[in-house]
Amino acid sequence: MAKAYDDIPGTIVFDSEQAARGYHLNQFCISLRLQANRDAYKADPEGYIDTFPMTPEQRTAALTEDWLGLLELGGNIYYTSKLAAFHGINFQELAGLMTGMGSTDYRAMMVSGGRSIDGNRYQSEWDENDDG
Amino acid sequence: MARITSGVACSHVPALGVASDKGITGDDYYGPIFKGFEFSKQWIAEEKPDVIFLVYNDHCTAFDARVIPTFALGCASEYQPADEGWGPRPVPVVKGHRDLSAHIAQSLVLDEFDITIMNEMEVDHGLTVPLTMMFGQPEEWPCPVVPLAVNVVQYPAPHGRRCYALGKAVRRAIESYGEDLKVCVFGTGGMSHQLQHQRAGLINADWDARFMDLLVNDPEFGSQIEHIEYLREAGSEGIELVMWYVMRGALNEQVNEVHRFYHVPASNTAVGHMILENA
Ligand SMILES: [Fe+2]
Repeated sequence: MAKAYDDIPGTIVFDSEQAARGYHLNQFCISLRLQANRDAYKADPEGYIDTFPMTPEQRTAALTEDWLGLLELGGNIYYTSKLAAFHGINFQELAGLMTGMGSTDYRAMMVSGGRSIDGNRYQSEWDENDDG
Repeated sequence: MARITSGVACSHVPALGVASDKGITGDDYYGPIFKGFEFSKQWIAEEKPDVIFLVYNDHCTAFDARVIPTFALGCASEYQPADEGWGPRPVPVVKGHRDLSAHIAQSLVLDEFDITIMNEMEVDHGLTVPLTMMFGQPEEWPCPVVPLAVNVVQYPAPHGRRCYALGKAVRRAIESYGEDLKVCVFGTGGMSHQLQHQRAGLINADWDARFMDLLVNDPEFGSQIEHIEYLREAGSEGIELVMWYVMRGALNEQVNEVHRFYHVPASNTAVGHMILENA
């Protein structure tokens, strides 16, 4: 079913459909907020992640740190940020990775006022840019 | 009887907690932000609330995906700062006010707000960063806190209208509590920001300014803002701003805006902060 927010570009709204898709992935991510689990994941990544019944795609995305893929497969940023923290990546560095800008350029964009809302409201605005 | 005298709106950007904990509040990046709260630290030292009713959201910390309450009221005698993946923040334990919490819980449910009761709850940056911004780094927080956690992570968050109505019910609850307490209500989160996917970094300063104006002068109208507008105009995480309407609902229709501060950026986020006093 089409949703009112489908046409917001570069955005995945974590609704009940995404939450259902990402349930075990997100439970894996949040488990890493505790030191004992971080130690277990560090000692044996595959062994630890296999205690969570996620899909093979989600498993690969988590193990390879595919940050956009994780969101598309039902992850939510506040969960995936726990996996990022495990890898020593904070929210701003994570945004640098997801946008493909890299930390330095992303940080510079934020310091100069952030990503403008103009041209970033509708998917159609992004599509036009791709054509032009 | 207990009474609400004022409200504080405050972003709760985790990086601000880190900056304060590391003592880097005076550098070029963070200095201007902490300067914007100097007035506020003085103000709250003079205001001296007996209790803070603090509206915030948990960021997949205390609540994992198993249980997602839309409104969860803290009813514990204390709340431990949580480990969010980097180790717990080195800040004091947050003391609760169990008696007032229990009274508010009963009052809200009888007032048809069917909240969840939390007798144990760790608290994340959503709660501790606003305390830091207002009080700095004390040995103990100066007063007990009654936390209200709102789901703004899994869509849909409660509507702004519902948050505003809940604020009014919170006021009825507090004003029917027997002890003479001065209560300050915090609404936290926001302002415009998006942490995720390719549109991360979105900031909409014009929209934020209008949001603040409406919050003060026409909350009936401002509370009608639809989710799609928050998502599109303020970013996917900007929807946290519905929580400011719980705070606003707990205040008088007429308020005096005694302080406003706005700064871009802290990490990925526009920092917004206001102090409102009942007129
Ligand atoms: Fe937040």
